[in-house]
Amino acid sequence: MTAVLETRELQKSFGGLKVTRDLSLRVERGARHALIGPNGAGKTTVINLLTGVLQPDAGRILLEGQDITDLAVHKRVLRGLSRTFQINQLYADLTPLETIGLAVSERLGRGGDWWRRMGTRGDVNEEIADILSRFHLLDVMNELTATLPYGKQRLLEIAVAIAARPRVLLLDEPAAGVPESERHDILAAVAALPRDVTVLLIEHDMDLVFSFADRISVLVNGAMLVEGAPEAVARDPQVKAVYLGEGADA
Amino acid sequence: MSAAKDVSVSAMAGSRWRVSEVAFWIVVLACPFLFPSRYLIMTDILRLALFTLSLDLILGYAGIVSLGHAAFFGVGAYSAGLLALHGIINEPVLALIVAGLAAMVLGFLTSFLVIRGVDLTRLMVTLGIALLLEALGERFSDITGGTDGLQGIEMQPILGQFAFDMFGKTGFWYSLIVLFVLFLLARRVVHSPFGLSLRAIKNNPLRASAIGIPVNRRLIAIYTLAAFYAGIAGALFTQTTALATLDVFSFERSADLMLVLVIGGTGYLYGGLIGAVVFKMLQEMFQEITPQYWMFWIGLVLVAMVMIGRERIHRWVLWLPNLVIRQITGRKAAVAVPETDAS
Repeated sequence: MTAVLETRELQKSFGGLKVTRDLSLRVERGARHALIGPNGAGKTTVINLLTGVLQPDAGRILLEGQDITDLAVHKRVLRGLSRTFQINQLYADLTPLETIGLAVSERLGRGGDWWRRMGTRGDVNEEIADILSRFHLLDVMNELTATLPYGKQRLLEIAVAIAARPRVLLLDEPAAGVPESERHDILAAVAALPRDVTVLLIEHDMDLVFSFADRISVLVNGAMLVEGAPEAVARDPQVKAVYLGEGADA
Repeated sequence: MSAAKDVSVSAMAGSRWRVSEVAFWIVVLACPFLFPSRYLIMTDILRLALFTLSLDLILGYAGIVSLGHAAFFGVGAYSAGLLALHGIINEPVLALIVAGLAAMVLGFLTSFLVIRGVDLTRLMVTLGIALLLEALGERFSDITGGTDGLQGIEMQPILGQFAFDMFGKTGFWYSLIVLFVLFLLARRVVHSPFGLSLRAIKNNPLRASAIGIPVNRRLIAIYTLAAFYAGIAGALFTQTTALATLDVFSFERSADLMLVLVIGGTGYLYGGLIGAVVFKMLQEMFQEITPQYWMFWIGLVLVAMVMIGRERIHRWVLWLPNLVIRQITGRKAAVAVPETDAS
């Protein structure tokens, strides 16, 4: 197995506070890898470092063996590293069609096209239709995103990330805040992600983590505490201590 | 694949011409026939409309605020003036394009300063650039004519055919055609994938880059295009008035422009055009009532407009017509408020 996403001794401090300490993470090709950890463990910082929103103080990030540490955010997306957002960052006054259209246009290199109108390119249209139907959004494609039920918005969130046709997908708490009745759709969508897409799941919800992941990394205070198969991690006394110590929902 | 067809139809719906748009342009076309003695002020409105359209492109679509848009207007105005004065390019249309390109070059170069930073930084940088150019214009008064401006500009006939006349008829039609052509271009641009990506950047730049949109490159592109538009507006000013003085760079011009756009509404292209009409009409009206204090009244209107909200004013204005329609036809009237009036 080869690592499709890898970090080497990643470090990041905010002032005197070390939020990422010597983090070396290997995500194997095709893996369903989960990154868990208590609040304040530095999970969000790791995402921001991986996607390029933040620059590390030291260490490298490799995507399919190529160093992407100095690449801009959008260039990483075009290289195949896509993410979803935990809190709602969707475009409230765009429709699902437009939102997916943005991502598909960029992926096909048509995003800078200023002369052709939207909807006049067959390849773009077909791909938009394909994504919308895969995520059950065809019937609401012309509604404003703000008016969609929350569950549909979460689906759209995943759909946008997939529209960039990533090789690695960072899922940031995909089911956060979704009402119980709509949870099933999200879980099904996550489970149905194509196997050739490697997934790194950042999640609080332990049910979701253990039903989904085939490998788990536990982050505590910005450093890797334990990494291994789900059963091994579940039995690990250190992990138990962290989660029980926090009195959390493990 | 029928879903792709649906997608195509829906995606193109936004760029389809609406009845209200066609009606708008018919009214514009009717104006020269309705008010044949008012060519000068109508030309003035057209220039302002084009200039405001330029600001709408960056502010309404890409969210870039500017207090120095007169910089590009001024460069366009002086370029056109110098080209005509020294007989470098005598044909107005060609000179117009060259003047627009000159402003565009300045827009491209300064865009790198403007795209970084937040609103406040942008306000200061744009304001600074305009002030800088005004000061340069004063310093090099042998070229710009200093405070007197360029004297003795004589315009040659457009395309060698249509001479500018003293009533401003030629100037009006010339300005109207230029405005309409550039409006069509802007309309095309905002309904393209490029235009859509601008709206995404305006709403949430971080999210836009996470979708794969090269945010900076897009902002540079639209800023440069807007500078071209503003340059053309400035060149039209010089060509139709045969004047170019240093106040083309003035802060008041940039500030007025913001007023006009706020009055008309941002982000639907017609805001600049409607705002220009309303602004000039208010200016005329107030200047007649109280020549000295007209700015006071404009200010009052602006404050009222922002406090009450444009949508509510539109609703009030349309209350009577809608009531009449309801009484006659017995059904709910169509509201003629722009759909995507996001300010």
